[in-house]
Amino acid sequence: MIHTDILIIGAGPTGLFTVFEAGLLKLKTHLIDALPQPGGQCAEIYPKKPIYDIPGFPEILAGDLIKNLLKQIESFEPGFTLGERAETLERLEDDTFIVTTNKGTKHHAPVVVIAGGLGSFEPRKPPIANLQKYEDNGVAYIIRDPEVYRNKKVVIAGGGDSALDWSIFLADVASEVTLVHRRNEFRGALDSVEKVQELKNQGKINLITPAEITDLHGENELSGVTVQKKGEEPAFLEVDHFIPLFGLSPKLGPLGDWGLEIEKNAIKVDNSYDYQTNIPGVYAIGDVNTYKGKLKLILSGFHEAAVMCQSAYQRINPGKKYVMKYTTVSGVEGFDGSKKEAKRETVQTIY
Amino acid sequence: MSDITIYIKDRKGKKHSVQAPTDMAMNLMEICKAYELPVEGTCGGMAMCASCQCYILSKHELPEMSIDEDLMLAETFYVKENSRLGCQIPITENLNELYIELAPEV
Repeated sequence: MIHTDILIIGAGPTGLFTVFEAGLLKLKTHLIDALPQPGGQCAEIYPKKPIYDIPGFPEILAGDLIKNLLKQIESFEPGFTLGERAETLERLEDDTFIVTTNKGTKHHAPVVVIAGGLGSFEPRKPPIANLQKYEDNGVAYIIRDPEVYRNKKVVIAGGGDSALDWSIFLADVASEVTLVHRRNEFRGALDSVEKVQELKNQGKINLITPAEITDLHGENELSGVTVQKKGEEPAFLEVDHFIPLFGLSPKLGPLGDWGLEIEKNAIKVDNSYDYQTNIPGVYAIGDVNTYKGKLKLILSGFHEAAVMCQSAYQRINPGKKYVMKYTTVSGVEGFDGSKKEAKRETVQTIY
Repeated sequence: MSDITIYIKDRKGKKHSVQAPTDMAMNLMEICKAYELPVEGTCGGMAMCASCQCYILSKHELPEMSIDEDLMLAETFYVKENSRLGCQIPITENLNELYIELAPEV
């Protein structure tokens, strides 16, 4: 069991900055995120895109903002549970919480803050009628162990980086790799596209474009797919595995079943006093919350993190006095023993 | 500059008539959101998520599709000949009485 003061669900910019604000109040933090790396949308969807409304940064790439935030919070030594989705919330008799992930990792904290943005990122599933039947029986959306595909016939669908990269990788593992994409053009990185072209020329990747998989076949396990190439008759392709790689899309997911008040796909916090939800001790900040006047901006998330941490401090340390301090005055004392502070003025007498 | 009228058929088949300003650099996805129609606009308008896919039902001349939009549409589902990403269509005066239908959610 992982114990912490503030358990943060979502490691996007708001979740990361919460570590800093909590750290100033000497509160320890731990983050859970469904993605394998911190940064949320900024890292997953648009790391190379510029953001122009982060105060003090006329222009910053989303990926660089995340790098900076990670550097800013480093000395507060946050814990991370990455690649796992927060699944259940259990409230204990002493008003503390246990959050369990889809992989069974348990986290215990007196305060839970949901900074989950638009939700956890889930694979986008193509609308093929019997797709679900073959999930884990030949159909997978994420490649966890490439060895599963050794000497097997694999068909990959999609036109982005992951479809290209996995086709390249599996070309040396599987007995047969077929890449199916609805266009002749690919969205992925140029060198990956060139590599696939090279492997196709060598006969190591079977490329079918413009085409899509329209049907799946097999008694219990997948044994074949129907490939519909534009302008041609549908064809049967014998395969052991079908891996649709169409990117990720955020879904509120299990959070929706936690007994939180939900409004328009966001968690309702009734005020901007402390961003607490209808469950005392559970807060929601950043894009995931909604209240009158809400603006879904990174800078709003930062503000909400600061306000929320003050309230969490009171909850964790009832009656203990504290006043907010300026980092310029008090510096930043890390949990790793480091201390950053403004240079003291030196006074020297002139004789 | 004046407002224009846009007709939007939602996913339940209900037709909405909305007024869209032409002087606020808005796009179709944002107009849907402004009227609280069920369009997520996950990526905020970067042609990177396709949550604002719509079908163009009227015969208006639209801005040409960028390579980003084209390739995003190549990776999403329920795509038809008249599919566009709402976020890539700026609201301009020549789009008055444009009629669109929201594509199914993915």
